[in-house]
Amino acid sequence: MPGITREEVAHLARLARLELKDEELDHFAGQLDDIIGAVARVSEVADQDVPPTSHPLPLTNVMRADEVRPSLTPEQALSGAPAQEQQRFKVPQILGEES
Amino acid sequence: MTDTTAITRLTAAETAEKIASGALTAVEVTEAHLARIEAVDEKVHAFLHVDREGALAQARAVDAKRAAGEELGPLAGVPLALKDIFTTEGVPTTVGSKILEGWLPPYDATVTKRLKAAGIVILGKTNMDEFAMGSSTENSAYGPTGNPWDLTRIPGGSGGGSSAAIASFQAPLAIGTDTGGSIRQPAAVTGTVGVKPTYGGVSRYGMVAFSSSLDQGGPCARTVLDAALLHEAMAGHDPLDSTSVDAPVPPVVEAARAGSVAGMRVGVVKQFRGEGYQAGVVQRFDEAVAVLKELGAEVVEVDCPSFDLALSAYYLIAPSECSSNLARFDAMRYGLRVGDDGSHSAEDVTALSREAGFGDEVKRRIMLGTYALSSGYYDAYYGSAQKVRTLIKRDFESAFERVDVLVSPTTPTTAFPIGERADDPMAMYLADLCTIPANLAGNAAMSLPCGLAPEDGLPVGLQIIAPAMKDERLYQVGAAVEAAFVEKWGHHLIEEAPSL
Repeated sequence: MPGITREEVAHLARLARLELKDEELDHFAGQLDDIIGAVARVSEVADQDVPPTSHPLPLTNVMRADEVRPSLTPEQALSGAPAQEQQRFKVPQILGEES
Repeated sequence: MTDTTAITRLTAAETAEKIASGALTAVEVTEAHLARIEAVDEKVHAFLHVDREGALAQARAVDAKRAAGEELGPLAGVPLALKDIFTTEGVPTTVGSKILEGWLPPYDATVTKRLKAAGIVILGKTNMDEFAMGSSTENSAYGPTGNPWDLTRIPGGSGGGSSAAIASFQAPLAIGTDTGGSIRQPAAVTGTVGVKPTYGGVSRYGMVAFSSSLDQGGPCARTVLDAALLHEAMAGHDPLDSTSVDAPVPPVVEAARAGSVAGMRVGVVKQFRGEGYQAGVVQRFDEAVAVLKELGAEVVEVDCPSFDLALSAYYLIAPSECSSNLARFDAMRYGLRVGDDGSHSAEDVTALSREAGFGDEVKRRIMLGTYALSSGYYDAYYGSAQKVRTLIKRDFESAFERVDVLVSPTTPTTAFPIGERADDPMAMYLADLCTIPANLAGNAAMSLPCGLAPEDGLPVGLQIIAPAMKDERLYQVGAAVEAAFVEKWGHHLIEEAPSL
């Protein structure tokens, strides 16, 4: 497996919406490389014919009755909002100016 | 009884009994614990928030119920320290992170609701590694917690605030969450009892998600019976959590009161010793196994070869799930928002807020998970980790055909000094070596004290693992071992902790 480079960390950070500082890129590249190097042992079983387990319980869809129940009021739901307007979450601009 | 120190040293069971009989009021008990917090928590830093008014109001309600002749629950009036990962309506819930600083949840977690309904008094919220990611509580954005046995050492993690609170007699009960050992490892290094119930045994509704297929809330206490009483109060099916098991709660209190291992088959996991295990930990563990034999258990060695890959699989699965779960922290609906000055897009604001709000370990795990799930690496990493998970389940299944419970040391070493592993993630991860397999398979597991390591005088934990939904076996075995040790030592191990 290839080592994790500074550029790769920058790419991962973009995917994960983390605006990392320059000095963090170097710091994390070394650490992530160490961790990946250590945990890569799992690929020892990659060729084995073993079904994957994603969850400890054999889960199927769990449905509930479609009934009206008490829920949060708009005030409660918005109580933690960084910004709000007219009973809505107010967010920064999503589309560019030109669109 | 007016001696507040004596009140704080009672077990939860004793406290409840005294409140029920009228020997103590719930308000007296609560005030005694609030005074203890006032006196020692500046040194320990177990609590992130103390809810004095809320606690006293709940205590007064319990006393009023008793005065009115209403029946009280088995833990009514008993104080508890709640890990800051469970939402509490109108009371700060930070998960140890700056990203939720100042947030007041608009609802209670199911666990919080059940505690309140049981008349349990929530004293406050305890410190933890940010988003429960860590083994030392050093990853808290609000500073570390000290281990009451030696304040320069870690109290375990992620639930170090909860374990330190009970070990320093600031509360007789606490609640933790265990994704890879975050209840059991803190219990081991503080000389207390901690239980990870079977996956699905306790509702995750309102418990901030880290790794949803592994996370499980559970009880922390100073005795096995107290842990059982709290287990029963918090467990049970919850329609608000689709992974909650719809089955009766295992009879844990009954098992803790019975406490016998005669005729039981106990397996010693072969993989959990050798290189990296502290001599004093192995010595105390071997003595605990000898105690099990003396009590009439049949002890055999059990081989679980896939456990050697558990740590690696865990550090792919947990970060993968966390990278997805923590995507909800987008600075749009709640939590920290940075850079909303008209010059940044919503996407930029999300990235700036996450950069400012998350600490290093959280960022590491989010990126690790993003990497493991990315195309080209998915099969080799996440896919293989899921296969390892199957192999570990199979190892457990074949072990439990031969034995009723498995035992091992809870941790390879005793509490290490604060700062020692802070910038070496892999060294930190090794603290969870023995606890992780039970999370991957969904089994129930407990840690309880089995003595002090001769070389450093610090607590050592004995781990007991039971099959899923057989949680009562932990208590049956744990109570028997605890009673044997109390007889040998003349007291519970925690009595030897410094008074602070």
